[in-house]
Amino acid sequence: MSEPLLSLEGVHTHIGQYHILQGVDLVVPRGELTVLLGRNGAGKTTTLRTIMGLWPPSRGTITFDGQSIGGRATPDIARLRIGYVPESMGVFADLTVAENMRLAARLGPPDAARLDWIFGLFPALKRFWQLPAGLLSGGQKQMLSIARAIVEPKALILIDEPTKGIAPAIIEGMIAAFKELKRAETTILLVEQNFRFAASLGDTVAVMDDGRIVHRGTMEALAADSVLQTRLLGLSLAAHQ
Amino acid sequence: MATTSSPATTDLPRTPRDLLPVFIAPIIALVALPLVGSPTTWVTLTIAALAMGSMIFVIASGLTLIFGLMDVLNFGHGAFIAIGAYMAMTVLVPLSGWVQSDALSLNLAALLLAVIAAMIGTGALGWAFERVIVRPVYGQHLKQILITMGGLIVAEQLIHVVWGGDQKPMPLPNGLRGAITVGDFALEKFRLLAVAVGLTVFIVMQLVLNRTKVGLLIRAGVENREMVEALGYRIRQLFVGVFIAGSALAGLGGTLWALYRETLTAAIGGDIMVLVFIVIIIGGLGSVGGCFLGAILVALMANYTGYLAPKIAVASNILLMVAILMWRPQGLYPVARR
Repeated sequence: MSEPLLSLEGVHTHIGQYHILQGVDLVVPRGELTVLLGRNGAGKTTTLRTIMGLWPPSRGTITFDGQSIGGRATPDIARLRIGYVPESMGVFADLTVAENMRLAARLGPPDAARLDWIFGLFPALKRFWQLPAGLLSGGQKQMLSIARAIVEPKALILIDEPTKGIAPAIIEGMIAAFKELKRAETTILLVEQNFRFAASLGDTVAVMDDGRIVHRGTMEALAADSVLQTRLLGLSLAAHQ
Repeated sequence: MATTSSPATTDLPRTPRDLLPVFIAPIIALVALPLVGSPTTWVTLTIAALAMGSMIFVIASGLTLIFGLMDVLNFGHGAFIAIGAYMAMTVLVPLSGWVQSDALSLNLAALLLAVIAAMIGTGALGWAFERVIVRPVYGQHLKQILITMGGLIVAEQLIHVVWGGDQKPMPLPNGLRGAITVGDFALEKFRLLAVAVGLTVFIVMQLVLNRTKVGLLIRAGVENREMVEALGYRIRQLFVGVFIAGSALAGLGGTLWALYRETLTAAIGGDIMVLVFIVIIIGGLGSVGGCFLGAILVALMANYTGYLAPKIAVASNILLMVAILMWRPQGLYPVARR
């Protein structure tokens, strides 16, 4: 396993009166794709939002590339080259695809070569470049949301359930895109419910339940152990196929 | 960037243009024509409505962006209208020689100085208002309503202290009095100026919102503030800028409104806020285009009913709002998130 780029130690998060994260310990190795699995309500989305500073941790430490980021403002965290793709996709519906991308390129106009690379990953974006993002299909919005996160080189990308409600054909394209990102040694923390999708991409895996990490290991080992899958997730990879 | 400019396919989906609300204004005007009877009176009423709508738009445009961007219900916006008008009066009174001069250049110079003073003064006041009154109550609508209304009351009382509680005359520059005659129609000069100012503000706002990165950020922030922050932008600073600009526009609108009435009292801002809120609600909260159209509709309705049926003039705009919200509950041009 590579050295950790991101680590959470004993992180607790409260949302109002609810105690959602109850001591999360998580390590995301540099240059790898880590999958965060778990049932609905386990705390996966809260973990990503806490890392991004959208919900501040009430306790514990979050360390990114050697510096503590727990409790920092969201823009300051994003400026450490951390990209975020929320579950809701967060595309700006009234803005065109081009404007969405222009906004995501915070440091200047999008680099032409990088844009060509993104169009190679998500050809639909080039086709709908001048269309308001609100008119895109769900899958195309997801492509735009991911493209926005990578329009500038990022040290870490947090992605929340990219396959949710997306057609299988588009998921196949997404798998190819994530593999391409992995080849570019981008560190990714991926929250996912689709185990087949997760298993095809993940290097390491963490499983959450009731606001805690209950399992850590390699994805290869979890994918090969149907008993463990059933115990942790209530469903095995075989049942997904 | 060549890559991004031409996704050249002929079967691209077309961007739907929602022009239906735009036709409401000419429909109202055409329906009013036979009811008014006299074309001369109808033109006078219509120009008066366009002038009034332009002034309301100038006042309301900042407020709709402030609400859209940060969900802040600023009932204190009326304070900026009143203080802007008083500041302009404070500049115009000692410049009475320029104001009453027959030279249009001197008239306009006096007006320009008054407008600059009003906008700088209300912009600075807006900065202080945001820091002291609004910032502690972000995300708490009830407290926002209470504290900004309190701010409005305090501001009105401060006006009484500084300028006195009596009604003041607002000196309208000589060159803006009277009318230009075109055929049988008399077009009042000040009303034409108000329309020109309103259109200029609208065009400049559209250019800023659609052609600049700051504009993109404002449009995106109105739709999804959290995501803009997750892209690395410090939206609070942007909001302070929008609050200052909105306050300055209220100062400009207040100056025009007081010149239109040629008198002013401390309540001038609070009086017009009912119309301003109707405008931003029917336009679609956070929408500048909707705000412009809403202002024109409200003003047309107020002027035509004021002439045809004065007893229902006040209620007519409430009825207009109800009718529009029954048709489009989010307003004429809702912002995507809302």
